[in-house]
Amino acid sequence: MLKIENISKTFNAGTINEKKALCGISLDLKSGDFVTVIGGNGAGKSTMLNAIAGTWPVDSGRIEIDGTVVTAMPEHKRASFIGRVFQDPMTGSAPGMQIVENLALAYRRGKPRTLRWGVTAKEKALFKERLKDFNLGLEDRMSAKVGLLSGGQRQALTLLMATIQEPKLLLLDEHTAALDPKTAKTVLDLSEKIITKYSLTALMVTHNMRDAIAHGNRLIMMNSGKIIYDVSGEEKRNLTVDTLIKKFSDVSGEEFSTDSALLS
Amino acid sequence: MTSVVAYFASLNIATLPGRLPGGVAQGLIWGLMALGVFITFRLLNIADLTVDGSFTTGGAVTVVLILAGCPAWAALLAALVAGLAAGFCTGLLHAKLGIPPILAGILTQFALYSINLRIMSGAANQSVNPDRFDLLLTSRNTTHAIMIGIFFAAVIIAILYWYFGTEQGSSLRATGNNPAMSSAQGINIGNMKILGLGLSNALVALAGGMMAQFQGFADVNMGRGAIVIGLAAVIIGEVLYNIFFKKRGNFAISTAFIILGGIVYYLVVVIVLWLKLPPNDLKLFTALIVAIFLAVPYLQSQSKSSFGRLKKLERKSAKKGGADDA
Repeated sequence: MLKIENISKTFNAGTINEKKALCGISLDLKSGDFVTVIGGNGAGKSTMLNAIAGTWPVDSGRIEIDGTVVTAMPEHKRASFIGRVFQDPMTGSAPGMQIVENLALAYRRGKPRTLRWGVTAKEKALFKERLKDFNLGLEDRMSAKVGLLSGGQRQALTLLMATIQEPKLLLLDEHTAALDPKTAKTVLDLSEKIITKYSLTALMVTHNMRDAIAHGNRLIMMNSGKIIYDVSGEEKRNLTVDTLIKKFSDVSGEEFSTDSALLS
Repeated sequence: MTSVVAYFASLNIATLPGRLPGGVAQGLIWGLMALGVFITFRLLNIADLTVDGSFTTGGAVTVVLILAGCPAWAALLAALVAGLAAGFCTGLLHAKLGIPPILAGILTQFALYSINLRIMSGAANQSVNPDRFDLLLTSRNTTHAIMIGIFFAAVIIAILYWYFGTEQGSSLRATGNNPAMSSAQGINIGNMKILGLGLSNALVALAGGMMAQFQGFADVNMGRGAIVIGLAAVIIGEVLYNIFFKKRGNFAISTAFIILGGIVYYLVVVIVLWLKLPPNDLKLFTALIVAIFLAVPYLQSQSKSSFGRLKKLERKSAKKGGADDA
């Protein structure tokens, strides 16, 4: 479903702030794969997701989604393949527009924006039904401005927006990191539920090793812009936090200096 | 004391009502222009300074075409297209060439000064005599001009209401509201900004064409300060809207209030002039009003939450503590 071949990205090349963010990453995701991504700060996790989403062009390499080469496609064109939820709950939805308007915009992802009415009665019914599944009471506030929602509600809404038009690929970029533990769990459970229900192909970046082990069928660990560990199947199911930490120091030759952050 | 008495004696209340209809008509036209400013300032979140130039462009195109024998309505249509082109220029400078939107607007506005002079064959102004040409509206018949103004306002509000409810209009609003999200949802935000700036300036130029017909001439300086007047109308309209509807109305009502904002602004101008305040100070006066209204929401939030407020509280409790000691 997703095929990344040898992509690299260097920020501020040729200056003292030069940062090699991605150093020749390759990754192959089968349809229905749910991959969790872990790694320390600056490992390149979010950068990899941004490269896939097309936030900026990569320096070299090739990205293919569902058989289409998207390497040279700008972000808004790639959007037809990709659903995204960001770390910052404010990023994923338009605060000055209604819940129903936000969903209608997302529902038209990858389609031309015509002069037809922006949201139909049929869509409203569909949105209401899908919001009901979330059990957050949002289905009764469909015409409320999104700016009035809490961070957790906005993140849940963004998750629905990302998946209301079934994406080829779902990118979750530490989407629970800015939430309180209880809300984070709610949003994470919702994500798991949706990914399983629609058998979506997904990449989820997380700082939390337990979450990374508990969710998905494959786990990759990144360090200094490289994938240093890639595990799936039986081996992934038998992982523990301790073996992960040991694995990290074995493979990278460094101590896991940010243990506490990763375990939080 | 005698000078004060003499000043009030010199004001003739009988002349005021006669001036009001003209004020309402001009206010309607400025209100239409303010709808254009509303699209960029409120929906796209861009303060677009192109309008000072495109308002004049609209006036110049209209007058020149009417003088050339073109029907007034067709001349207005041409003004609309000219404004659209001006807005596209600003949009391209911003979205395709990476120039910050304020600067892009200033550049287009600056360039339009020369273009407007060229449109008027190098003359700083061109007049069109309502006796010799069939104009849509003129200051000689203010009642008729007001009717035309209301008609245009109603039609344009209806069109805007429809457009901003469509898929495309919603995408345009989303672009101004949250560009990152819009891009992630597959909206080409660059193109949306170009489109929005075009539509905005098309409206502004249309208003310029109406103003030129109303006053009977186009002048190369007629658009100077249009952005400030537009902002004044938008802000006054919003304040009135919040008073009457407490944000519970809809898009059509809120845009109608912008037209009302234009009328209120221009009636204040009429009264200021009637009070014989020096007309040269009018721009200073307008700028002050806009600055105050723009500052009010900020100051309101500051009174609820700011370091200044904490400092005051600290001082108050210190005073109180001191009194207790004594």
